[in-house]
Amino acid sequence: MTHRIDQTFAARKAKGQAAFVAYMMAGDPDRTVSQAFLNALPEAGVDIIELGMPFTDPMADGPVIENAGIRARESGTTLTSILEMAAEFRKTNDTTPIIVMGYANPLHHMGYAKFTAAAKAAGVDGAIIVDLPPEEDSELRTAFETHDLALIRLATPTTDAERLPKVVAGTKGFVYYVSMTGITGASFAQAGSVTEQVTRVRAASNLPVVVGFGVKTPERAREVAKDADGVVVGTAIVKTLHEDGPDAALALIRTLAEAVHTPRGG
Amino acid sequence: MDNPTETNTAFPDENGRFGEFGGRYVAETLMPPILELEKAYEEAKADPTFQEELDYFLTHYVGRPSPLYFAERLTEDTGGAKIYFKRDELNHTGAHKINNCMGQLLLAKRMGKKRIIAETGAGQHGVATATVAARLGMECIVYMGAVDIVRQKPNVFRMRLLGAEVRAVHSGTATLKDAMNEALRDWVTNVGDTFYCIGTVAGPHPYPAMVRDFQAVIGREAKQQILEAEGRLPDAAVACIGGGSNAMGLFHEFVPHKEVRLIGVEAAGKGVKSGLHAASLTGGTPGILHGNRTYLLQDEHGQIADAHSISAGLDYPGIGPEHSYLHDIGRAEYVSATDDEALHWFQTCARLEGILPALEPSHALPRTVDLAKELGKDGLIIMNMCGRGDKDVFTIADALGEHISEGTEG
Ligand SMILES: Cc1ncc(COP(=O)(O)O)c(C=O)c1O
Repeated sequence: MTHRIDQTFAARKAKGQAAFVAYMMAGDPDRTVSQAFLNALPEAGVDIIELGMPFTDPMADGPVIENAGIRARESGTTLTSILEMAAEFRKTNDTTPIIVMGYANPLHHMGYAKFTAAAKAAGVDGAIIVDLPPEEDSELRTAFETHDLALIRLATPTTDAERLPKVVAGTKGFVYYVSMTGITGASFAQAGSVTEQVTRVRAASNLPVVVGFGVKTPERAREVAKDADGVVVGTAIVKTLHEDGPDAALALIRTLAEAVHTPRGG
Repeated sequence: MDNPTETNTAFPDENGRFGEFGGRYVAETLMPPILELEKAYEEAKADPTFQEELDYFLTHYVGRPSPLYFAERLTEDTGGAKIYFKRDELNHTGAHKINNCMGQLLLAKRMGKKRIIAETGAGQHGVATATVAARLGMECIVYMGAVDIVRQKPNVFRMRLLGAEVRAVHSGTATLKDAMNEALRDWVTNVGDTFYCIGTVAGPHPYPAMVRDFQAVIGREAKQQILEAEGRLPDAAVACIGGGSNAMGLFHEFVPHKEVRLIGVEAAGKGVKSGLHAASLTGGTPGILHGNRTYLLQDEHGQIADAHSISAGLDYPGIGPEHSYLHDIGRAEYVSATDDEALHWFQTCARLEGILPALEPSHALPRTVDLAKELGKDGLIIMNMCGRGDKDVFTIADALGEHISEGTEG
């Protein structure tokens, strides 16, 4: 529901804060651990959850997320099990938005209409489908609109002034600004350069602007939060969960959340 | 039909669609460069100086036109229709791949891009890209699955000799599709200065149409040559299919000539029923991969299934979108051949014709022979001999249980 998303940003904005968006791969390393981790996110300070859906050919992801996807698929993760995880989460939490994130083919294979209805029923709020640019997303977008789900589009450094209005026009919930040209997990190219980029997106859209890709440390998260309405961390969380376990990952999330929630002071 | 260009340039539409196939399923970062490429290609296509430069290189560097050769002993042995080979294996670098590389890299030059990336399976596209990049003075990086690096060693060395950097891809199945993922990742990271030279009629629009256009020289020549040799069009044109570029190259000119059957041969690996194959049209369903909607090998959850073929160049779980379209409208027929059949006909062709075919066109041979029998002596077939087998000698020795030195080249 776009309504949960809107309320989340409004609540943070009222406090002069950015929202913290955390990415996790559903089903990594298995359903039980992953469900417990998902359920623990809001309490650790996560405002919006990006729930990764594994795909065999994740062409926009680096090795950390690709390998998490392999573990997830090997543990039996499917679209159906991911939506079951979301539904389970909703039994105890009715406020934190869940955005599923992945690639088009599994949805296309299930059928866009069927997926949309199932996602709605599971309490999912929106989706980011990396390989559905505006030119190709009308079928899924129409299905989403009938169920009041947000299909969130990506804007990138290559999205030029001519294209940007078209990209943001069809997006719902928020605009996801990919802060660099590259894949997930790569390092941030030029530190300190998001101000201009966020301003550029803001000028084209009234929606909150969330910045992702390349944010790994609390220092960087704090810096990006000065400009953006939301900050996404993915690879660092997935990596810590895999290497050091859920407690270490939740500890990282707490420091990241604290950094993102540092009041901007107007 | 008298005016072939009328119908066969009707596709794709302005959204890069061949019916319900094709399109541009890429991350937003790549949309602007893809639109830029489309524009640059359209301009180049309309510019006679670009065509002249391409023709010059095709003639003097690639060695076109390639002969249309009457495979007399194979024909006699079969006892059916006359079989002609379109001999694109005689091109510089030994396969049809260079037709496309020549076109794309001249386009890259025109666009001012100096860093070239490519994916390769059999290594033929990698070698062709490395070759043209060397000739045009460009930096070249080739992504290749780790599995393919082992089975196509001679080509890996060749690429290095030509000054290219070969990057091994270990992710996924470590074959062609993963090399393509990695090339797309490179492109997303280096969009500004990089030109991605895709090796087949797949990928996002405009690649399927552009690669087809650059390969269409095969069919244009073949049509003229068969008219000269036989005074009529063939009854059928046959080609193997990995992504489908040599097949589209041969078919394109004949698409409007409904009397010419178009037959694509996919790799059946250990047999389509075994599940270990690369026959996307015969054994797949429509889906989205690598920038386009097309027939794919996938499981019930929409995860891409592993392809299997003895031929690295055919070991791909998808097929170019135009083939999916020609299949669905019934204009082309798609059949398959197993690893064993390819091995058998590789050897037969070597002994009867003195031609070592690559493992890829070796797949087209058994279906060509079947068809020759079906058509009888009055029939006329053109088969695309799209590559030579030098690169495959180690794989073939292995499959035949013979041991030859791996330390030396070719
Ligand atoms: C000789 C040869 N034939 C065919 C292929 C398959 O590609 P396509 O179907 O695009 O012609 C390859 C690919 O590497 C090849 O090297």
